[in-house]
Amino acid sequence: MDFTSLYDSLSLIKPEIVISVTLLLIVIFDLIFHKNKTLIPYIALAGLIIGGIYVLSDISNSGFAFVISSTSNNFGLLALDSFGSYFKFLIIITSILIVFFAKHSLEIKNTGTRQGEFYTLLFGMILGMMFMISASDLIMIYVSMELLSFSSYVLAGFIKLRDRNSEASLKYIIFGGVASGIMLFGISLIYGLTGTTNLYQINQVLQSAHVNLIVLSFSLLLVVAGIGYKISAVPFHFWTPDVYEGAPVSITAFLSVASKAAGFAILIRLIKTAFVSNIDSVGNWQLIPVFDWQTLLAVLAILTMTLGNFAALWQDNLKRMLAYSSIAHAGYLLLGIVVFSEIGIEAVLIYFAVYMLMNLGSFYIVMLIADKTGSENIDDYGGLGYVTPFLGVSFAVFLVSLTGLPPTAGFIGKLYLFIALIDAKMTTLAVIAVLNSVVSLYYYIRVLKHMFLKKPDGNVREIKLSAANIVYIVILLIPVLLLGIYFTPLVNFAESCLAFLHF
Amino acid sequence: MESIGLNHFLVVSAILFSLGIYAVVTRKNAIMVLMGIELILNSANINFVAFSRYGNSGLGGQITALFVIILAAAEAAIALAIVLNLYKTFAHVNIDEIDKLNS
Repeated sequence: MDFTSLYDSLSLIKPEIVISVTLLLIVIFDLIFHKNKTLIPYIALAGLIIGGIYVLSDISNSGFAFVISSTSNNFGLLALDSFGSYFKFLIIITSILIVFFAKHSLEIKNTGTRQGEFYTLLFGMILGMMFMISASDLIMIYVSMELLSFSSYVLAGFIKLRDRNSEASLKYIIFGGVASGIMLFGISLIYGLTGTTNLYQINQVLQSAHVNLIVLSFSLLLVVAGIGYKISAVPFHFWTPDVYEGAPVSITAFLSVASKAAGFAILIRLIKTAFVSNIDSVGNWQLIPVFDWQTLLAVLAILTMTLGNFAALWQDNLKRMLAYSSIAHAGYLLLGIVVFSEIGIEAVLIYFAVYMLMNLGSFYIVMLIADKTGSENIDDYGGLGYVTPFLGVSFAVFLVSLTGLPPTAGFIGKLYLFIALIDAKMTTLAVIAVLNSVVSLYYYIRVLKHMFLKKPDGNVREIKLSAANIVYIVILLIPVLLLGIYFTPLVNFAESCLAFLHF
Repeated sequence: MESIGLNHFLVVSAILFSLGIYAVVTRKNAIMVLMGIELILNSANINFVAFSRYGNSGLGGQITALFVIILAAAEAAIALAIVLNLYKTFAHVNIDEIDKLNS
């Protein structure tokens, strides 16, 4: 690799470089200012904001970074395109919100001087996700997924010597290790079949040469197991409720939004770059007839949303309930991929932006209440709507939005998904999804019933909110309400971010 | 006598993979489960090296195997740290008895 191509590659991954430098700065500041950790969140914020600016300014840029030039065709390890930039922007926004989230969280505050490690590991996760989103090589996917996973294993058990945390991180690393191992085995078989690990070259091989379809299907199932674990689709979801309940709330919120977004981005990129032969004028994808992605993903989606919603009905712990609800949302999002068209992907992009806002909002309120009352149990929420009306009302908005009722943003997300499904004449799937939303209404509204229809008994203390808490909630609340009425900017933004490299 | 070819390596790696899955599913001790995960990773490594040697696709597979070895070492370090922390909390590492979250 000569130096001009190295320079070109580096200029394409500016946001990732900024995040790496910030990670190093945090480590250095953590070591220099050993006692005082107040500065570190601000360094993290500055890095994230600069990274976000680079993502936005490069949003229309595209190209291959780290090209393997020895081969006849110039495909690289990373494919930079506007689809990836959309997800990167989403992850940067989530990370900024999570930094404030962690700053307000009592759990993290109580770790004292270990806060520096918290932000270092958080940036490890962010870096892994950003590389994962634009990875166009199976090995790159594996390595970046491990970078993301390793940091999140540690963060899941960050509050040391608390049994819930230790258990969560143990379950996370065992399930994660097995899932990534299985995925790696699948990757090795694909490498054997096609002689390459680059997604674009796999596409060429699949179109021109004949491969053993049984082995290919088997190895793709293994790869889907690895990605399915990241997005917590149903046969691979066992870790989700336990880890989400046990981990610190800020990490739970981060895992449920950002880590899932990265998983979905890589699933879409894998299918689109390696298995789509042609895109017709209406935007429907023509898949290479080697593997029945549509049936597999449709079955996964139905299983995921049904199990997620029905299991959530019986949960009394709010974090556990939101964990199952996030499984159900992964099911809805999978429906957007099943359509295999530009409209479907646009629906996924819109849904993710909305899902980020409402999910972070719900977790934030759960965190505030847990910090004050020391409990995440639904029975301890009795009468809280009377004691702290602001918290109750904003929680109500977030939960109604998660259900997908108008006039909230959640409705718009679901609306675009269902439009995509009806457009592709998949009415059965749309009906199943609507019925699932009805089921989800029960457990979301159950929380509100406890908060508003129970008279507060004597031992319910008032939850005092600081100004920062209120500002944080309002910042999430306004878009959730506004996007329910005026959603054109978001839709246009998503529409402009559908371009894949070489398609 | 037949010389050793690609199939021999693939059979060995398939056996290792199955043993790894078997260890993960049946073992009670967290350390043993982690060793099962190592077996899975190594079976994939054998595949990569064998395909790279007998297939006609350059050295990519062997380099990948090197990457995987490094990642496996990092994963083992993190996993052992987590198990150590678990031992401090529960005073045992039997994963069947660690079920406080399944209430």
